[in-house]
Amino acid sequence: MSTTRNWTDKTIEEIVGNLLRVGVSLSAFVVLIGAAIYLARHGREPASYKVFHGEPSDLRSLSGIVRDAVHLRGRGIIQLGLLLLIATPVARVAFSIWGFAEEHDRLYMIFTGIVLIVLLYSLLGSGSAF
Amino acid sequence: MNILEFTILVAAGSFLAGLLGSLTGLGGGVVLVPLLTLFFKVDIRYAIGASLVSVIATSSGAAAAYVKEGFSNIRIGMFLEIATTVGALVGAFLAAFISTKALAIIFGVMLLYSAYLSRKPRPRAQRNLPPDPLATRLCMNGAFPSEEGGMRQYNVQRVPLGFSLMFGAGALSGLLGIGSGAVKVLAMDQAMKIPFKVSTTTSNFMIGVTAAASAGVYLNRGYIDPGLAMPVMLGVLAGSMLGARILVKAETKMLRLVFSIVIGVLGLQMLYKGLTGGI
Repeated sequence: MSTTRNWTDKTIEEIVGNLLRVGVSLSAFVVLIGAAIYLARHGREPASYKVFHGEPSDLRSLSGIVRDAVHLRGRGIIQLGLLLLIATPVARVAFSIWGFAEEHDRLYMIFTGIVLIVLLYSLLGSGSAF
Repeated sequence: MNILEFTILVAAGSFLAGLLGSLTGLGGGVVLVPLLTLFFKVDIRYAIGASLVSVIATSSGAAAAYVKEGFSNIRIGMFLEIATTVGALVGAFLAAFISTKALAIIFGVMLLYSAYLSRKPRPRAQRNLPPDPLATRLCMNGAFPSEEGGMRQYNVQRVPLGFSLMFGAGALSGLLGIGSGAVKVLAMDQAMKIPFKVSTTTSNFMIGVTAAASAGVYLNRGYIDPGLAMPVMLGVLAGSMLGARILVKAETKMLRLVFSIVIGVLGLQMLYKGLTGGI
């Protein structure tokens, strides 16, 4: 393994580390804001998760979640934060393609590309999430 | 119990799950679903949705700390993620056709197996194995900072076996909303002969991507409830970040023993509830 590659691998790892940290911190921050609003408004109501009825349609799609968040609905803001969290590993994978391209590593660009396609299919292709 | 009390209790339980899951490399999700279903009486589908989200937080939060330490191997992780993400999609689609009772039974069996795996004596790590041609071609061999100081080299073995096990790990993750760290660590540590600390940290690194592959499917299905996922995610995140800080120094042997007993007991309870229809 040449020293140049080592250096570049290290660079990728450091940027990936920062990317993950920022993504997780940002989503945790958004979830906390949503939590404050949600608990202030609904904290005294009885909790019930015994019976499953699924989430309403506005909390299942990107447009619905954003609409709820803009109207400062606590649950909508929390869901937006969770969506940011789901997007964090996807961003990490997308960035890695660029990183491997910088290293002229075709093989790993292809591997990473396959992972990204699977992730995007799950988010975009598997239903009406976006 | 009102929503505020429920939120605080769930957050506290999730904090503990995240801390133990991160320290042992077995993942917090593995105890989270039984915790929510058995103690908080949450429907298993909501529990799986919340667990899946928290698994992404655990993995990303801890991985951010690990990559700087130089333990995780980004290439091994990326290559094996092909298997785990495809497996996760398959698992997430399967989950729609399986009854909650069957889910509880599968979960119980998986917990018992995890407990067994973590107790099975690990053969003393073989060092200085010859390089495997496929692993070399895939640039997987690496080095990590050893306890004696300096870097220790390792050569990855049996790539196809590891890859197949990873597909199974992904399917379990998508089906049960867990990180399936136990199977991932098994695949890397025992099948591919990757040093234990590299296996656990790389596993943690992969878990987020695996979970994201099924999270989209779960969100569409309405399994992810913000009111439940919020305390779970925040609690697990705080616990796992603390765990990642301790891991580099900690001796994990005793902790793995305690945690594997907890996992085994929860497994029996899930199995019992699934079989008697208490879920």
